[in-house]
Amino acid sequence: MKKTTVTICTGTTCYIMGASHLQRLDEVLDPALLEQVEIVGSRCLGYCDANGHGKAPFVKVDDQLIADATLDKVLAQIRKTLAKGAL
Amino acid sequence: MFYDNNANRLRKEILMRVARAHFTKEPADMLDRIPMAMRPKRSEPSRCCIHKDRAVLKYRCMAALGFSVEDETDELKPISAYYAEAARRTKAVAPALTVIDEACSACVTSRYSATNACRGCIARSCESACPKDAIEFRDGQARLNPDKCVNCGLCMKACPYHAIIRIPIPCEEACPVGAITKDEATGRETIDHDKCTYCGKCLRECPFAAISDLSQMIDVLQALKGGKAVALVAPSAARQLPGSLPQLVTALKQLGFTHVVEVAEGADETARHESEEWAEKMGAGERFMTTSCCPAYIETVEKHLPGMKPFVSHTPTPMGFSAAKVRRADPESVTVFIGPCIAKRVEAAKNPEVDYVLTFEELGAMLVGARIDVLECTDSPADSFAHREGRGFAASGGVTRAIQATAPAKAALKPLLVDGIDRKMLSQMRVWANKSCSGNFVEVMSCTGGCIAGPGTVGNPNTARKQLDSSLEKSPSMVAAPLIEASCGTD
Repeated sequence: MKKTTVTICTGTTCYIMGASHLQRLDEVLDPALLEQVEIVGSRCLGYCDANGHGKAPFVKVDDQLIADATLDKVLAQIRKTLAKGAL
Repeated sequence: MFYDNNANRLRKEILMRVARAHFTKEPADMLDRIPMAMRPKRSEPSRCCIHKDRAVLKYRCMAALGFSVEDETDELKPISAYYAEAARRTKAVAPALTVIDEACSACVTSRYSATNACRGCIARSCESACPKDAIEFRDGQARLNPDKCVNCGLCMKACPYHAIIRIPIPCEEACPVGAITKDEATGRETIDHDKCTYCGKCLRECPFAAISDLSQMIDVLQALKGGKAVALVAPSAARQLPGSLPQLVTALKQLGFTHVVEVAEGADETARHESEEWAEKMGAGERFMTTSCCPAYIETVEKHLPGMKPFVSHTPTPMGFSAAKVRRADPESVTVFIGPCIAKRVEAAKNPEVDYVLTFEELGAMLVGARIDVLECTDSPADSFAHREGRGFAASGGVTRAIQATAPAKAALKPLLVDGIDRKMLSQMRVWANKSCSGNFVEVMSCTGGCIAGPGTVGNPNTARKQLDSSLEKSPSMVAAPLIEASCGTD
C-alpha cells in the first residue's frame, strides 16, 4: 500500500514559527497510523512568500496544505486522509 | 504546552515582520502597517474588536524595537518613529521586562470560584470547611463572597463534586520570586524590577502574551552595517534553527558577522577554572560551591538569596571568557551573544566586553528578514575550537559533567543539581546557604532542562537534547586520555 506522505516545511520561517515542534510528530502519532505515513522534512516550500496561503508553519499531508500548522491539525488531517484512502 | 502556542507564535511573528521591514527600501511604511496587516478589516478579532487588537500589536512592535510600553508618552507616535529612534541608538537599552497593559487581560483576583458543577448538596461541606463564612448559597448553588474569601482553598478540598476550582494567575504562578503582582487600581500586572530576576518564566506563561522583553534586534542589525560584529553562539544552539551548526555559521556570516565563535569554547575555560576554584575552596574547608554561569540564578542570589553569595563561584561565565577573547583579538569588535536567554542581557549590561544579546527567536527573525535560508547554506567552520565539556553546558547536568571531567582526581565531588528555580527550590537553596548542604558542588539552572529550554529558544527541548547528546559524542574531550599503558611500562 502506498504510504501517505507528511511533508513538514523546515525553511527558516516555518522552523521559527513552530515546525521545530512539529518534528515530534512521529512521537505523538499512533503506532498503527505511523506505519501508514512517511514523515519527511523539506526545504522551504515557498508558501511563506506567496500571498493567500495563510501563515507559517506549513505542512502538507499528501497534497493537502495545512497553514498555521499545529500537531493537532496535522493529526486530524492524517486521520482524514487515511480514512478516505481506506474506503 | 508553553513551548509552542499561539501566544508564542504571535511574539515571533512580530519580530519577523519588524525584521522584514528593516530589509526593505521603505521600512517606515511597512512598519506602520504591521497592525493592519495582521488584523485586516473584517478579520476575526481575538479581543473585543480589531481596533484593540491593532493597538496591542503596535505595543508589541514597540517592545520588538526595544522600547518599554510603560515609557510611551505620545500615543500618536507611529511605529516608524520608534524604529528611527532605535536605529540611532548606539548602546543596548537597559534590560527590562515590559507588561503590555492593553494586552494584560487582568486575570481575576479571586483565586477560588464555585462552578456550575455545584449540586447544592445537603452536606454543604464547603460551608462548614470555610473558616471565614465566605460561602453563600444562591439559587441552590454555592457562591464565594470575594470580600470574605481569604484564598485558603479549604472549600475546594471539601467539595465531593470538585465543583470549586482554583483559578491561577499564570504569570504570578510562574514567578519564583513574587516580582509580578496586580496593580489594585487597574487590575493589570506590574513588574517590580527590584525583585525581577529576568528568568523569563512570566513572559512564557502569560496566555495573552502580555509580557515582553526589550529586543536588541534593530541595534544589532544597525551594528552589522559597521562590519565589526562578531557572533558569539551559545552552546544551546542545537536545533534552534534548521540545519547544522556549520550551516548556521555560514548563515551568520551572510547576515554580516565577520566572525562566528562557539561560546562552548568559553565554557571549556569556565570548566577548567571552575574545577580549580572548587578544589581550592574545598581544600580551604569551604562547605560547597555553586556554579555562576546562569545569569537568572546570579540575579536571584543578588536579590533574594544574600546568604548564598559567598558560595557562588567567581569564575567568569562562558560568555565572559569568549567575549574577552574576541576583544583581545580585536578591541574594536562589536560582540553579540546569541542564546536562549533574556537574563543574559542583564549579565551583558554589567560586562563591558559584551555589546548586545540576541535570543534565538530574534536571530531567526533576522534571518527571515534577510531572506537567508539556513538549509540552503554551505558548511563553514566556526572561528573557535570547542570541546565536549563546554558544549555540554547547554543542558542541565552538563556543567557538573565538565567539572567531573576536569577536577583533580583526588578530590571527591558530591554534586547536586538545581534543575529549574521555583519557589520550593528557592527555600531549599536558602537552607543550603544558611544551614547545611549535602553536596559540595551545586549546579544551578534557572530553566528546567537547562539553557536548551530557555525562554528565547525556538527548538523543542526534547529534540534539542537528543541533538545535543549526539553532537557531544562526536566532540573531542579537553581531558587527555590517561596514559595507563605508559605508567604500566615503568614497572
